[in-house]
Formats: sequence, structure tokens, C-alpha cells
Amino acid sequence: MTTVINVPPSLDEASFEQVLDQLAPLPGDEKILVDARHTRWASPYGLTALLALAQTRADRPGFTVPEAEDTSSYWARTDFFKYADDLFEIHGSVPKSRTIGESSVLLEITPVSGSGDVHDVVERIQQKAQAILANELNIDNKVTMGFAMTLSEVCQNIVEHAGRGGWVAVQTYRWQKRLGRRVVVIAVCDAGLGFRQSLESAPGWRRSDRWDDAMALEEAVIRGVSRFRDPGRGQGLAGVRKFLGRWDGKLSVRSGTARIAITPTWDEDVPLTERLASFPGAQVQITIPERIVSR
Amino acid sequence: MITHIDLSSVLRRTVCELYSNLVTRPTGAAVRGEIELQLTELRDRTLTVIDFTNVGLLDFSCADEVVAKLLLRYGADDAPGEAYFLFRGLSESHLDAIESVLERHALALVLQRADGTAELHGTVTAQEREIWSTLYDRGRVSLADLPAALGRLDGDAEAAVDGLRHRRLVMRFDDAYVAVGATP
Repeated sequence: MTTVINVPPSLDEASFEQVLDQLAPLPGDEKILVDARHTRWASPYGLTALLALAQTRADRPGFTVPEAEDTSSYWARTDFFKYADDLFEIHGSVPKSRTIGESSVLLEITPVSGSGDVHDVVERIQQKAQAILANELNIDNKVTMGFAMTLSEVCQNIVEHAGRGGWVAVQTYRWQKRLGRRVVVIAVCDAGLGFRQSLESAPGWRRSDRWDDAMALEEAVIRGVSRFRDPGRGQGLAGVRKFLGRWDGKLSVRSGTARIAITPTWDEDVPLTERLASFPGAQVQITIPERIVSR
Repeated sequence: MITHIDLSSVLRRTVCELYSNLVTRPTGAAVRGEIELQLTELRDRTLTVIDFTNVGLLDFSCADEVVAKLLLRYGADDAPGEAYFLFRGLSESHLDAIESVLERHALALVLQRADGTAELHGTVTAQEREIWSTLYDRGRVSLADLPAALGRLDGDAEAAVDGLRHRRLVMRFDDAYVAVGATP
């Protein structure tokens, strides 16, 4: 029997929870069909998380392509189908990926599994990031380096802790509903060990009374704790937080059954969410808003 | 002896010919390994200019591997040699990453600006900064002149400067001290 998992019309970090809620009661080896026929829009988080979802299934899941041509074309331009083709049995017509004409995709979906992948991501992002951050988001040119540094550190989280490959994508779009401004969004999703399991592998680690995914996230994201004893470890996410603090950005990290958010004033997200549907690995989203220039 | 290490060349030689960014821990570890190898070949006291001029991006992880671990190793009691470092060609974003790792490990380094002058960065006390600046301004201060130069009693002055020497921010030449980055 195949269970159909419905993808919401608008797939982003929040609505992806609907996908996971449908998936949670199913055994890992149950055949599923991810039905995106009625999906009209997806954020980088939504697309990379779908790929990570496929990695968690014992039996290769089915996937039905969005019916709306502009949606499926856009997904093709993000390179979603390039990787989905290996992970899903695709049903429906997949448009050919075009390499030109889409300026909002800063970085197409890119697999990350080793240090070399991080180098490639950073090399690719720099030139395009400089033009888009400065021209479209009114963000100082100097920020390009901090932006690339942030991207490098979150990608390294996969290399160092996930134990398997993940995905990164970067895109800009207008966030009308919440902000009324353009934003640049980085999504990094994997279906690997996750923060709790990674920290549990630290030498001499001992379980505390309240040890769960939420506490593991607090330790890693807020306190910079790492599974490595090296005192220099844990600086990556701390540096990311510092950069985002300076540029009014938002960081959210989901792992296991919990999600933590470092929220700027323009957003009303809750700092910590617990008892979510369980999902392996870590899913990170970083949002940097356009700066309002006073004239 | 003064040596010059162009980090961009080291990166291309040791990791990948195509890379221009110092990112990831494995990359940082490989680059530091090459620097340490070069230092072991130089047995005497050395002042090494670490040049970032042609480095694109430096992330926190790589800054920790290249800069912090190098300073920690050569500032330790069992350091493999008497090596001093002068950092050159640092952009604002390089400094962002480096300042973070220096703070994390309570380290300090000397940065040479584009005009050739030098300045201290990282974790230093007000007293250390004052002493280093005095020595830097004077170029070379003999042991005999040290108390007068620093306005301290004999033992105090030598102990204070010795602390900076231990942190590899000041060099001692026989009977005189020279701040790293100063022109003796």
C-alpha cells in the first residue's frame, strides 16, 4: 500500500510541518507518494527539506510534479528535479532546467557532503551575492563576505555533524505577508544524526535529567557546545548569530522534535518549539531582510 | 630571521589550485600544517609574516585552525621553536573572524597595516597594550633602559615585558627587547 503525503500549496519552513505530521505515524519502510500537484510555491527550505525527506525513506518514495507550469519550471531552475530524480520516482512532466533568466536563485540546490563542497558553494555564491545584496537588498558590499562566511559555517555543520550528505540553497524573494520587504534566505537541510545524537557522541558525555532535542539545540545554538573537546569548536554558529544580529537577520534550526529560533524584532516566531513530529537531521533557515534606505 | 608566507599560495599548493577562500577546518588544518612544516625547517628564532593579501574569504572555523592554533602552539611552554608572527593584508572581514577566535582563546597578535605600521589585536590588558606601544614606539629598548622607558622598577619592568615575550608579542635580542612589528 502506498500512503499519499500531501504537500501544501505554499511550502515553507512552517508548512513543511504539515508534511512531517503526515509522515510521522508511518513506518520508515512504508511506501509513500509525495503529492505536490497542487503546490504553487516553495521556499529553499521547502525544496531542500523535501530532498532530505526522501533520504529518510527505506523504499524510494514517489513524487508527483506540481501541475502549475510556472511552479514546476521554477523548481527545475533551482535544480530540484536534478537531485529529486535520484531520490524519488517522479510522476508527471519535468520541465528542462534553464540556466539563464532567474536572478532570484542565488545558489541552486547543491549537495553538501564534504569540505570540497563547502569550497565550491562559497566560490559560487560570492559574485552573485555581491550584486544582489547590494543592488536589491541595499545591504553594504562588505556584508557579502559575512554572508558567505555564514553560508560556509552552516554548510560545515553538515560535513562535521550530520554523518551523511545534505542540501543547501539560497534565494531572494519578496516576503510580503510578514515583512513587506525582500529577503535573502539560506536553507541547509540534512537527514543525518541531528544535534542531540551528535552531542551524545562527545567523549565523556552524560545524560542530564532534561536531555532531549530542545536542550541539545539550546546547547549547540545558544551556548556553542560541540561534540568535540577542542575549545575552538562551536564558534561557527556563534559567528553566524553575531553576523545575523548585526544585520537584523533570523536563524531557525529544527532538529529531531524541536525547533529553536533567534528572532529579530520584525518577526514574532517563538524561541523554542517542542514536541514536533520527529524528523532526522538538522534543518536550518537563515533570513536576512532588505535594508530600508532613508532618502 | 624574517620569513614571508603567502597564505593564498599555501592554500593553492596544499589544498587545491583553484581555491582562493580559506574556509572549513580541514583546509585550515592543512594550511597550518604547511606553515608549521616551513617553521620546523628554520631552526633559529624566526619572525614570520603571515600574508592574507590574496585570500578571499576567511571563515571562523578556518581562522581557528590557521591563526588560533598556530598562536596557541607557539605560545605554549613546549613550543617547537621560538617563532613570532606578524599578520599582514587582513581585510575587515578577515579581522572579524580572527577577532572572534582570538577572544575565544584569549590570544593576541600583531597586525601590520597597509602603511607599514603595526597594531595589537585580540585579548590584551591595558597594561600590556601600554607596554607594547612603548616598546613599539622606541623600536629597541635595552634591558638597562627598560625601567626608565616603562616607568617601572627593574623587576616589575622585566616581568611585564617577559609576559609579552611569552605571548610572542615582543622579542628579546640578547640585552634588548623589540616589539613584534617594530623597526629596531
